[in-house]
Amino acid sequence: MIDNINFIFPEILISIFLMMLLILGVFRKNSSSLIYNLSILTLVIILVLVLTFPQGTTVKLFNDGYIIDDLSIYMKSITIISGIFVMLTSSKYLKIIKIYQIEYPILLLSSILGMIIMISSNDLIVFYMGLELQSLALYVLASFNRSNILSSESGLKYFVLSALSSGILLYGCSLIYGFSGSTNFYLISENIKNLEYSGVFGIVFILVGLAFKISAVPFHMWAPDVYEGSPTSVTLFFSILPKIAALSVFIRILYVPFFDLINQWQMIIIFLSVASMIFGGVAAIGQKNLKRLVAYSSISHMGYALAGLSTGTNYGIQSSITYISIYLVMNLALFSCLFMMKIQNKYFENIEDLSGISKNHPLLSFAFLIILFSLAGIPPLAGFFAKFYIFMAVIEQSMYFLAITGLLATVVSAFYYLRIIKVIYFDPEKIKYDKDHNLGLKLTLIVSTFFLITYFVYPSILTELVNNINLI
Amino acid sequence: MNFPILSSLILLPIIGSFFIIFIKSSNKDNRSIKLIALFTSFANFLLSLYLWYQFDNSIYQFQFVENKKWLIELINYKVGVDGISILFILLTTFIIPLCVISVNQTIKHRNKEFLIAILLMESLMIGVFCSLDLVIFYLFFEGGLIPMFLIIGIWGGQRRVYSAFKFFLYTLLGSVLMLIAIISIYWITGTTDFVEIYNQGIDFKYQKLLWLAFFSSFAVKTPMWPVHTWLPDAHVEAPTAGSVILAAILLKMAGYGFIRFSLGLFPNASEYFVPLVFFLSLVAIIYTSLVALMQEDMKKLIAYSSVAHMGFVTLGIFTFTQQGIEGSIYQMISHGLISAALFFCVGVLYDRMHTRLINQYGGIVSIMPRFAILFMIFTLGAVGLPGTTGFVGEFLILIGVFKKTFLVAVIASLGVILAAAYMLWLYKRVVFGEIQNEDLKKMIDLNYSEIIILWALAIPTIFFGFYPDPLISTVEVSVNNLIDVYNFNVLQMDNK
Repeated sequence: MIDNINFIFPEILISIFLMMLLILGVFRKNSSSLIYNLSILTLVIILVLVLTFPQGTTVKLFNDGYIIDDLSIYMKSITIISGIFVMLTSSKYLKIIKIYQIEYPILLLSSILGMIIMISSNDLIVFYMGLELQSLALYVLASFNRSNILSSESGLKYFVLSALSSGILLYGCSLIYGFSGSTNFYLISENIKNLEYSGVFGIVFILVGLAFKISAVPFHMWAPDVYEGSPTSVTLFFSILPKIAALSVFIRILYVPFFDLINQWQMIIIFLSVASMIFGGVAAIGQKNLKRLVAYSSISHMGYALAGLSTGTNYGIQSSITYISIYLVMNLALFSCLFMMKIQNKYFENIEDLSGISKNHPLLSFAFLIILFSLAGIPPLAGFFAKFYIFMAVIEQSMYFLAITGLLATVVSAFYYLRIIKVIYFDPEKIKYDKDHNLGLKLTLIVSTFFLITYFVYPSILTELVNNINLI
Repeated sequence: MNFPILSSLILLPIIGSFFIIFIKSSNKDNRSIKLIALFTSFANFLLSLYLWYQFDNSIYQFQFVENKKWLIELINYKVGVDGISILFILLTTFIIPLCVISVNQTIKHRNKEFLIAILLMESLMIGVFCSLDLVIFYLFFEGGLIPMFLIIGIWGGQRRVYSAFKFFLYTLLGSVLMLIAIISIYWITGTTDFVEIYNQGIDFKYQKLLWLAFFSSFAVKTPMWPVHTWLPDAHVEAPTAGSVILAAILLKMAGYGFIRFSLGLFPNASEYFVPLVFFLSLVAIIYTSLVALMQEDMKKLIAYSSVAHMGFVTLGIFTFTQQGIEGSIYQMISHGLISAALFFCVGVLYDRMHTRLINQYGGIVSIMPRFAILFMIFTLGAVGLPGTTGFVGEFLILIGVFKKTFLVAVIASLGVILAAAYMLWLYKRVVFGEIQNEDLKKMIDLNYSEIIILWALAIPTIFFGFYPDPLISTVEVSVNNLIDVYNFNVLQMDNK
């Protein structure tokens, strides 16, 4: 076991750094900026470590409870990359709303640690441990802006509902353990073949818990409130990282221990997917607050990612992973734009605050234009390819109902994205925002927008990366 | 020949718009922006003329084919032209410089963005006409929505937001079904390269549904009755150059799609659905002509006449005869020239009077004689008078339809009469009569750029009306091949 210890160096290192930073923060006054930057550095180091793992490795540690394979390497890398970009974009925001404290980066790091553990877990207990670590950090992060009542409310709401869903999930785990006699994914998959119906109970409870984490309909109720109430930087974090982690657990649980019961869970996933796509699209139409709108739009985006999962093929998994990779770029870009909507230390987050900004901010509004059309899935932008892969996978399995509902839902959701573009480009100008943004924010926006525009030139780039992720 | 001439045609406008982005926008610099746009679009026109010159009429295979790896193991970037598509490319590159010239008159703010949008449109539309892969085609086809949405929404008239949304959502709704069909074709045949699919053929049991999915997209874009309602709104609200692009080129993408995909990929299903298409086309011709008679807004009238003319086009395509299809292509080119010119004419009046209502005009022949002459030429072209391109197209289509079914041809011929009625009545009300409105006397006749635009459109309208051979001989072999393949498939079907 110790032979392969270098494969969990990232996890070990991040824990050590985390504790050291905490101590440093306690003993040194006014060190928030130092700690913030050191946390980014930590993430960069870990990213480099993860990227050094060769493709095609499959290493199992701790009695097969922890696995490093192509799926976990890829998902870890995109988690850490988005973590870095989240931190780069939000430093100025944190300073302005006065929550630039040492705890913030440390909580982010511990949450990321939890996610990395989740992604690599090959055992129900390890998985649950990772899940709770990331959730606990997120409860605090959601209510981090103590002076704001909305933030406290959202933290509490998230805590209550998330604890409930964790409970349900844990109950499912215990059922599975009871029926199959093991918590290890491999052992479960061997034993589960004999228990058609009793296994399904456990699966349903686990799926409910996971669906809550990625906010799929009908377990989405917390998302809009929490997204709106939390500090924007936390919302950005919420809308990307936990979803990546939960999606990779989704993939691993469905395709490793429970793959033989595909007939049982396929309908559930299809239902979650269709409901999320339609509900997310329809409910977003009436929103006035951009953060709420993002919440609903991310619900519908998760619907598409689940559609890829429901196919039960390697191609479907790959399409879901590609989808979430492109989705995270779009969300990063969108939030970078939100961070730019400020006048003298006051941030704006309503759609009408964007009225006519194309006059004074041609570049910002152009970025908005690209991001929103990409979110709507209009070719030739990257968002179209994300959907294209999903529907390729779905139609391969002749699931036409899912494909047609999904594409009709894109038309509905195109409507509310267009509405924002309309406000930006067609309405009279009202507001002029500040232009003094920090470098990290500008860099993130430029890189991500550039990615969205030029993705079509060489779309194989992501396909090549995910092509070797095979679980079946 | 190794020079990638088609990719250059697609890329050149994009490169031009890059240059425009990097010029600081100020009123002083508008001139240089315009010059760059004009230069690129005109260079593109010359390049496409060179393409036509190099083009070999005598073979039906695709020429100037470029094939590059794009999406691994799935899709290649493949472009090429045959006799059918080359004419549409020429039409596109011919119309765009004229739109660029017109910008000074019609667009009062944000010229820079407008020119960028127009150049991007050009790239995308050329891409549509020369892509040889279904996914690449879809990419270009749908990509055009973005610049057009902005053109209508930013530079449009009073109800521009409503029209832009209607345009976008209608077209998107139609197209997503086509996307499903394209992906299904990939899983059925294992490729999206449609030259290969031509050779391979698709089983009849799939053809019907796939045909309907493609039809839903093209019918919205054509537009066919009853999904034509976005067109009058979009036309009325769009700025002149926008209307011109919409009428002259965007609508042709659907007609081209019918020929290339509906007929080419699904010959049996096309045969099966002929009654549906004929019915919708006849309704479009008669009903929208009657609607056009009652319009008070000039742009709306021309928009409805577009629907009627496109009805002829779909009618001709689905006759599956040499005359019918060639006539349809001819009619599309001719409609591209004439409707563009008519929208420019309305633009000329609108710029001076700021109204498009017909009853505000009357008697302008004595004030603007040069305009009256040009407007006459195009009115007669729209009516289909012998000696204009409009006549050749309609005549060939009607011959084709007569070959197929007598009754349909008789009803369609009524449409020609109705066209004469609404166009000539429009001309009479606007140009002749007493001057009722005193403001009209302040109007000045055409300026240089307007004269250039309108004569540039008038000359080919008349020239190809008298001498259609250059166009017909370009398409002939390709159309022949299309019909041969079609007949072969239908015969095989009958034998079974």
